[in-house]
Amino acid sequence: MEAPRALRLLLGLILIGLVLFPLVGERFYIQYATKIMIMAIFAMSLDLLVGYTGLVSLGHALYYGIAGYALAMVGGDAAVSLWWSLPGAMLVSALAALVVGALVLRTTGIYFIMVTLAFAQMMYFFIRDSNDFGGSDGKYLDAKPTLSLLGWTPLDLGNPLHRYYLTLALALATYVLLRTVLRSAFGRVLIGIRDNEPRMRSLGFPTFRYKLACFVLAGALAGLAGYLTVVQDGIMNPEQLGWHRSGEALVMVILGGMGTLAGPALGAGALMLLELVFSIWTKYWQLLLGGFIIAVVLFLPGGLGSLFARRRDGGAGHG
Amino acid sequence: MAELALRTEGLSRSFGGLAAVSGVTLECRSGSVHAVIGPNGAGKTTLINMLSGDLAPSAGRNELFGEDVTGLPPERVSQRGVGRSYQKTNIFLGFSAFENCRLAAQSRLPSSMRLFRRVERYHQVNAAAARALAAAGLGDRGDVPAAALSHGEQRQLEIAMTLATAPRVLLLDEPLAGMGAEESGRMVALIRALKDRHAILLVEHDMDAVFAVADVLTVMVNGAVLASGRPSEIRANREVQQAYLGGEDAHG
Ligand SMILES: Nc1ncnc2c1ncn2[C@@H]1O[C@H](COP(=O)(O)OP(=O)(O)OP(=O)(O)O)[C@@H](O)[C@H]1O
Ligand SMILES: [Mg+2]
Repeated sequence: MEAPRALRLLLGLILIGLVLFPLVGERFYIQYATKIMIMAIFAMSLDLLVGYTGLVSLGHALYYGIAGYALAMVGGDAAVSLWWSLPGAMLVSALAALVVGALVLRTTGIYFIMVTLAFAQMMYFFIRDSNDFGGSDGKYLDAKPTLSLLGWTPLDLGNPLHRYYLTLALALATYVLLRTVLRSAFGRVLIGIRDNEPRMRSLGFPTFRYKLACFVLAGALAGLAGYLTVVQDGIMNPEQLGWHRSGEALVMVILGGMGTLAGPALGAGALMLLELVFSIWTKYWQLLLGGFIIAVVLFLPGGLGSLFARRRDGGAGHG
Repeated sequence: MAELALRTEGLSRSFGGLAAVSGVTLECRSGSVHAVIGPNGAGKTTLINMLSGDLAPSAGRNELFGEDVTGLPPERVSQRGVGRSYQKTNIFLGFSAFENCRLAAQSRLPSSMRLFRRVERYHQVNAAAARALAAAGLGDRGDVPAAALSHGEQRQLEIAMTLATAPRVLLLDEPLAGMGAEESGRMVALIRALKDRHAILLVEHDMDAVFAVADVLTVMVNGAVLASGRPSEIRANREVQQAYLGGEDAHG
């Protein structure tokens, strides 16, 4: 099930463009592109749940935000090494996903949407109202994590250009990782669960276990995006794990095309670029953006990615 | 006598006030076909659902190879060697015929929690999938998307997926429904061939097929067993003739 040639060509062109972009881009745009790539990681992690496993989570920002807070808490005053703080933050997200997943995956459909949302909102209010996390102002990261190898420092994360390339490399790694996972025995099981979970069970698959593993993996990758957000912005605030963030990621997934992996990454880019363009153009930019989203959903039900690809992975299987 | 594979005792299930299955006791031995027949709504599918774990019984007991499996979830029942096919075709339309069987065969790996190795690389899984496809008569249709198969071929794929899980007990819910004469003939031959190494519980409306392959017959009406015995005994049974075989014929 290879991505169609047109889509692969487009992805290759975008990749080349992203590698070369800093040669011409101004500082503001380099930073903005970094944020887009971070959201692309977040959207791809959500696509694993929504598009490939049929688990519509409206609380995915919980795992994004919690990793961000983990970094801001340990690295608030003195710079910490990326080598342990990144895996550590992702582990915090993974553990949160394991605990929440073990509970919410016992529900399905609309109830699943509701309880994922409820858990994220609980954490949002807890962090906002507790005294330990900087309240509604958020928690600052004063010193960027350091990245050194045996005394050599390949990247200085205080430098926007270096952050840009680190984010690009990690976005690419996320894509390759998820592509690989989706082509594995595990990935086939996820698609089977999405298309027809009762049949998977009668074929002998203990589906709960696979859904939980998927939930944890998606949570850890959302954590990667949250970590990078704090590295980029230097601050984490409660809004980052509220339902707005979760909803935004869901819009990116749907806009780009669920269950296509590359689509949601495109969706992140399209949404954020249009937001930029429209907001420069008019103060009613949200009206335009909303109209655009509605138009895509109505006229391109497969999402923007379907302009280049015929169908999502595993086909239109609704058995 | 051959090994006792499946045994139920007083198996019952009601939906609200409706007793869909009540007090069904039956046995199925390896190397034989036990056919369950009965008019529409008799409770045959509900019975199979309880045997496969898809539905928990409201009362009664269900044993597999001498062990109590009452109320076990379907994945556990499947792992104990029970394969079932569905009356209403239940395949993955987005996958090719081969991929459907490969997914089914994959369920016999010790675990599918393998995230990095490409799924095509499991040679034993591929071989099991190919064998199951060929056995069901779809050997040369592996690459065709399941959604593009004819209705009869989708029914064959349904059986192929069941076989790909290497079951010892087969629960077949109307495998001939919607098949043409030629396909039906092939399916009857397949069931006969499978009989040697499986215990088969067959629900089927096609009486010619049933009498051609069954070793034991159970007739259900309104959720209860009306009669059970060898085909010749059932054919001669007055009650059965009145309730089912005689008069108006079964559909299908
Ligand atoms: N999930 C359910 N909820 C409520 N009633 C059900 C359910 N499943 C089956 N029934 C009812 O139980 C009875 C037995 O149904 P079942 O499907 O087992 O019959 P069947 O013998 O397989 O019929 P057919 O030959 O038409 O396939 C029917 O009256 C049916 O309407
Ligand atoms: Mg039925």
